[in-house]
Amino acid sequence: MSKSSTIHARPLSPHLQIYRLIPTMLMSIVHRITGSALYFGVVLFVVWLAAAASSKETFDLVNGVYGSWFGRLVLFGFTWALLHHMLGGMRHLIWDTGRGLEKATTTKMAKATLAASIVLTILVWIAGYAVRGGF
Amino acid sequence: MVEITLPKNSKVHQGKVWPKPEGAKSLREYKVYRWSPDDGDNPRVDTYYIDMDDCGPMVLDGLIYIKNKIDPTLTFRRSCREGICGSCAMNIDGTNTLACTKGMDEVAQAAVKIYPLPHMPVVKDLVPDLSVPYAQLSSIEPWLQTVTPEPATEWKQSHEDRTKLDGLYECILCFCCQTSCPSYWWNGERYLGPAVLLQAYRWLIDSRDEATGERLDNLEDPFRLYRCHTIMNCTQACPKGLNPAKAIANIKKMMVERRV
Repeated sequence: MSKSSTIHARPLSPHLQIYRLIPTMLMSIVHRITGSALYFGVVLFVVWLAAAASSKETFDLVNGVYGSWFGRLVLFGFTWALLHHMLGGMRHLIWDTGRGLEKATTTKMAKATLAASIVLTILVWIAGYAVRGGF
Repeated sequence: MVEITLPKNSKVHQGKVWPKPEGAKSLREYKVYRWSPDDGDNPRVDTYYIDMDDCGPMVLDGLIYIKNKIDPTLTFRRSCREGICGSCAMNIDGTNTLACTKGMDEVAQAAVKIYPLPHMPVVKDLVPDLSVPYAQLSSIEPWLQTVTPEPATEWKQSHEDRTKLDGLYECILCFCCQTSCPSYWWNGERYLGPAVLLQAYRWLIDSRDEATGERLDNLEDPFRLYRCHTIMNCTQACPKGLNPAKAIANIKKMMVERRV
């Protein structure tokens, strides 16, 4: 007879590698990523506040860096992360009441979160530039 | 913990392409995960071709065709072939479902890709080891528990109370939802998972059950219940159209309500 068939350790079946990425799953992952990104964003904010509290030269330097095209791109990303995470949080608040958990609703909410976060980010920046009175 | 890659012994290699059936006019390609405990090889994905004029329309029909006509060593679980036993749960086209109720025509891609239920130890080919979920199910004591003396006839339940079990009692324990959940992938030893929590809720809201407090005590744990992050893969996957995520949300609500 053949030898015992359990001599080889059982493999783990594939998971992330093969699972189809669906909107609700994707938005859950993005909620995590934006949540982590916000830590980094808050550091930027604190640096800016600390610079304002130290001296005019430091403040001008930090403002210069943040105001560069790269700085603005990072800040734009920070705005989006903040808004996306906020909308995701609101989605979770609704779910915590037991509402909005139907199969089709959750997918719609996931897509709406992404769309709304992008639209709101652009609106915030348009408003920002409007208040500033130019680029 | 989150794992992006598979352990070394679990990495999937390219497998064999089996010959096409002779004289077939209409072919469907199947890519199937294979692993045998009898050799030291890594898992692989084999390619098969099914003669659609000689095969039923469901994904399970294709697997049976392969086993009967191409490769008798292909191993998978199946029994009722009508979505009530839950045996043929597997990952088809990237989503967990029952092979018997999934039509081949529902798979948009040219090849029907089939893997075992995700993030489970593999016994052979498409057969996962489900010992952990079964143990978790027994930990929630899925039976009626009472302290009042047993009535002379049956335990009575109003129509309204009976309705509360709809959407819960239909669960066939196929574990499609359980193994679709990333939280369960990363914390499967400590998080009970969607299938088991849906069962827990089924007993929590049964008007005849008198162990509600103890049941909630048993679930009040950062891992057992609260690892659910509403990712919704469970509800999206359930082949019976049930909503484990909602059942879990309702348990969380019960936890809050009993404190206020």
